[in-house]
Amino acid sequence: MAVVKTVRLNVPAAADDIASLEIGSIVYLDGVLYTGREGVYRRVIEEGEKIPLDLPKLSNVNFHCSPAAAIEPDGTYNVGGVTATASFRFAKWMRQWFELSNAKIIIGKGGMSAQDYRDLFVPAGAVYLTTVGYGTGALLGRGIKRVIDVFWVKELGNAQAMWVFEVENFGPFLVDSDLEGNSLFEQQGKLINAQLESLYAGLQAPALSRFGETDDRKDELI
Amino acid sequence: MIPYASIEQAAFNIMKKAAIEIPEDYRQSIVSMAENEKNELSCFVLKTMIENYAAATTDQRPMCADTGLPRYYVKAGNDARPEGGFVALEKALRTATAQATHDIPLRPNRVHPLWRTDLNNNVGINAPEIDWSFEPDVDWIDITTVHKGGLFGTDYRMLFPGDGIDGIKRFLLDTLIAFGKRGLACQPAIVGIGLGGSKDACMVLGKQAACLRTVGDRHPDPKIAALEQELKEIGNSIGMGPMGFVGSSMVADLHIEVGYTHTGGMPMSVHTFCLASRRATVRIHADGSHAYRTDPKWFSEYSRRETVGWPS
Repeated sequence: MAVVKTVRLNVPAAADDIASLEIGSIVYLDGVLYTGREGVYRRVIEEGEKIPLDLPKLSNVNFHCSPAAAIEPDGTYNVGGVTATASFRFAKWMRQWFELSNAKIIIGKGGMSAQDYRDLFVPAGAVYLTTVGYGTGALLGRGIKRVIDVFWVKELGNAQAMWVFEVENFGPFLVDSDLEGNSLFEQQGKLINAQLESLYAGLQAPALSRFGETDDRKDELI
Repeated sequence: MIPYASIEQAAFNIMKKAAIEIPEDYRQSIVSMAENEKNELSCFVLKTMIENYAAATTDQRPMCADTGLPRYYVKAGNDARPEGGFVALEKALRTATAQATHDIPLRPNRVHPLWRTDLNNNVGINAPEIDWSFEPDVDWIDITTVHKGGLFGTDYRMLFPGDGIDGIKRFLLDTLIAFGKRGLACQPAIVGIGLGGSKDACMVLGKQAACLRTVGDRHPDPKIAALEQELKEIGNSIGMGPMGFVGSSMVADLHIEVGYTHTGGMPMSVHTFCLASRRATVRIHADGSHAYRTDPKWFSEYSRRETVGWPS
């Protein structure tokens, strides 16, 4: 894998470090990051709750993640595996989340649309890192050195709660979007789209189409 | 009589094994795909997954934090007698699920669909699902657990007899491409196809085909076996690999299960069992002893019978 570049970043991530990220590079992180997904976004953006962390001073990295973790009766934590959840579902909250949290790195599964990068990420000076696989739960679990805190367990449940992790050599991730809004997923998707038509050549269409069915298989579905 | 405590312990043990230990048949197929994958990014993803399997085993932690919707498949011998009956067996499975969620730990994924209430134990209304089947002339009970992600990679369509094999190929391509983009299906996957049955049975058969047959297993009907092979090759010729990157590693294997269906229809379902294909099986003998394996052996001559009686 000599061709793919590997980078190690401290978080909170410095502006220069973020600017230097190239799509397709492998990234490992050291520092502090927090989880936040629909439960946290709803609570903060729709219900007006204050973010319980000093952001972005503590961290500017938001992980779309629910850990496989248990909270023991004595208040200690047992973190097993850690993996991301698909990010495209959270686009509707991202503009306000960037404003409120000053996040500069979003980590998740599968990226967001190129349109979202242009409209939401580029103005916020943010980039997107995707997890690998997906499902490198054990590798990422190893990178978590400590649970610093967890918020809203009672209100949101373990999976949607806001976990704050201290991490070391946490990865691998791949850079999906850069500060200009270029996207690795979009580039790869275009290469694959180029030969889709040929796969269907000679196969007769079904008798009954589906309501609203698109015939353009190049369409972005997220 | 199979002691209750033995059933609960066995159910807990397979939960743990499924979450942590990748089945060897699936791991081997990923190793072999990594060797043959020409695309650098796709190859990197596969190699990372292989490292992840090793890390999970070494650290004894779940290979994927999305521990899916943990659920069970129970095959009861006709002569098996679980202590407390089958209601007690269901209680054992629910208890083991809650215990495993805390102890391993699994992510408590299960929530109420409307209120999003999370009891933090992967148990709730109609959860975990338990599928039942029976086997004549034996006194053991096989319990299999499957942890499969629950959001992407599955689709159902009513096709018609005139749509033929073309219709099957098109719908397979549609589903693999739609959910393969950006790797939402977490491919390469074991693809299961359900053909026929009632609509609900079609979904059940396809899911079982994906989750309860191992890589390399072929359907006993040679013509269906040939179709499995042909469809697998079609899936790997899309030009898509893991994470939706350019590549050739899409389908680790493809299994078809069929059920007799409405004379006017040919319903089809497609399911993808992901890069963390988690399954574990235990056979609980009449004396309460356990034997563990990764091949569920769910489909049998009996379960696939087409005769009125048995033996036919």
